[in-house]
Amino acid sequence: MSFITRGFSGRGRERDDRLPPGQTLVEDWPVLSAGVTPQIDPEDWSFEITDETGTEHRWNWDQMQALGLEDITVDIHCVTHWSKLGMSWRGVSLDKVFENVESEYDYVMAHSYGGYTTNIPLDDLLDGKAWIAFEANGEPLDPEHGGPVRLLVPHLYFWKSAKWLRGMTMMPTDDPGFWEQSGYHIHGDPWLEERYW
Amino acid sequence: MRRPASWHVATVTEVAAETPTARRIVLDVPTWPGNDAGSHLDIRLTAPDGYQAQRSYSIASAGEGTRVVLAVDEVPGGEVSPFLVHELSVGDQVELHGPLGAFFVWRAPEQGDTMPAPVQLIAGGSGVVPLYAMLSAHAAAGDATEFRLLYSVRTPADVFFRQELDALMGVDYIYTRQTPEGWPSPAGRITREALAAAALPAERSPRIFVCGPTPFVETVANWLVELGHPTTSIRTERFGGS
Amino acid sequence: MQHLDGNVLAGPLAELFAFDATMASARCGGCGAVELLATAMVYRDAMGTVARCAHCDHVLMTIVEANGRTWVSLPGAVLRAG
Repeated sequence: MSFITRGFSGRGRERDDRLPPGQTLVEDWPVLSAGVTPQIDPEDWSFEITDETGTEHRWNWDQMQALGLEDITVDIHCVTHWSKLGMSWRGVSLDKVFENVESEYDYVMAHSYGGYTTNIPLDDLLDGKAWIAFEANGEPLDPEHGGPVRLLVPHLYFWKSAKWLRGMTMMPTDDPGFWEQSGYHIHGDPWLEERYW
Repeated sequence: MRRPASWHVATVTEVAAETPTARRIVLDVPTWPGNDAGSHLDIRLTAPDGYQAQRSYSIASAGEGTRVVLAVDEVPGGEVSPFLVHELSVGDQVELHGPLGAFFVWRAPEQGDTMPAPVQLIAGGSGVVPLYAMLSAHAAAGDATEFRLLYSVRTPADVFFRQELDALMGVDYIYTRQTPEGWPSPAGRITREALAAAALPAERSPRIFVCGPTPFVETVANWLVELGHPTTSIRTERFGGS
Repeated sequence: MQHLDGNVLAGPLAELFAFDATMASARCGGCGAVELLATAMVYRDAMGTVARCAHCDHVLMTIVEANGRTWVSLPGAVLRAG
C-alpha cells in the first residue's frame, strides 16, 4: 500500500469549482506526445473526409479557411488531470465542413499525420461542438501543440482533439482509435469522468 | 542470479551534495535482494491528495546487501528530482520498485568463463551513475578484465563520484564547458576524433555501454558504429529529464 | 521531452511478466525486425508509455498506468521470451 511521502506535493495544482471532477487548473499548456512531432507545411496540408461510398471530400489550406473562420473561447480538459479555462481558439466549425457530406454512418475516425487516430461519434462533432482549429491564444498553432491544424472537441477529453489533423473516415461502429485501444475510454466525457475502460 | 523486482519501502540514511546540482542519497532497504551493476529502480512519491509521480533512477551501488546508493541530478522545473535533491531528508521513507533492468548491466565473469572482452564505458553527465556502478563492481570483484570509462562532463565541479573515480584506473574525462587548470585541451563537446582517441578500438572487440541524455547517447552510438564497432557490442541507456 | 529507450519498460512490465521483459525480443509488425525490447524507442508522458520500433517507428507496445491498474497493448509486435 502506498503511503504519503513526507514533503511531496506534486506541482502544486490549483482546484476550481468550474472544473469537471478530478481536474486541476494550469497556467501553462502541457505538451504530451507519443512520437516524433510531424512538421507539416500549410502548403502541403490537406484534409479529407472519406464516406462509406469511398467518396473523398477534400480541402486544402485555403479552401478550408474559406469555409469561414470563427473565434471561440472554450475550456479544455486533459485526461491527465489538467484543465485550461477560457482559452481562445480560431477555427472552422465542423458544421460547415460536413455541410455537403452525406453519410449513413454515425461515427468518425479522425486521422493525424504521423498515424494517430481517435474515434468520435458524429453527434459529438456537429451542432457547434467542434472545430478544425488553426490558432490558439491568438497565435498559429505550434507543431508541438498539433499545428498547423488540429481538431478541437472541447466537451470531450483533449485526447479526442486530434493533433496534426489530416482527415476523417466515416464508420458504422464506434471503433477505438489509438488511446482508446490502449486503455482510455471509448467516449471520454470529462463531466462523467470517462477516463479509462 | 535472478533477482525479481518488487516494491520496497526505503529509509533515507544519508544525503550529501554530490555536485552543485546533484545529491547522493543512501537508502536502507531491508527487503532489497541485491542488484547487478547498471540496474535501476523506480521511485514513487505520493502527495497528500493521492497524486503520484514516479521516475526511474540508476543505482550507483551493486552487489548483495540492503544499502542502496543513488545519485540524483536536479532537472530544472522537474517534478521529482527537485524534491529528491532539496526536500528529502534523513529518516524519510520512500517507495521504490526494483531492481529493474537486465539489459544494461555488467556482471563479473564467472569461474571458467572464456576470456571476456574488454569493456568500454562512455558517460554523458549524470549517465555516469550506472557506469560508475559497473566500474566499482569490477574493482570490488578484483576482476582482471580491462575496463575504461570515458566521462563527458561540463566542468570539474560536475563530476560525480570524484573521489572514488580518482582511486580507480582507466578513467578519461572530456570537459565540455570548463576544464581543470593546466588541462591540455580546451573545453568543448565530445567529437568523433576525441572518442576515437580515448575509446578502445574496434579491433579489441570491446563490449560498450553508453549512458546519458538521449542526444549524447545517439551521437556517440552512431560514431561507434562508424568507427567499426558492431551494433551488437553496444548497449545504450537514454536518460530523460524531470 | 526527449524519447528514451526500452530500458524504462522494465518497471511497468515487472508486474505482468515473470522475467525482465526488456530482454524479450519483439518482432515489429511494421517492418519485421526482431530486436530486444530494451532497444525500442520509448515515448513516455502522463498519457502513457509508447514503445516504437527503432528501425521503422511502428508502435510496438503501449502501457497505460492509472489508478493502480495497468493496460498493456501490443498493437504492432509479437514478443518472444527466451
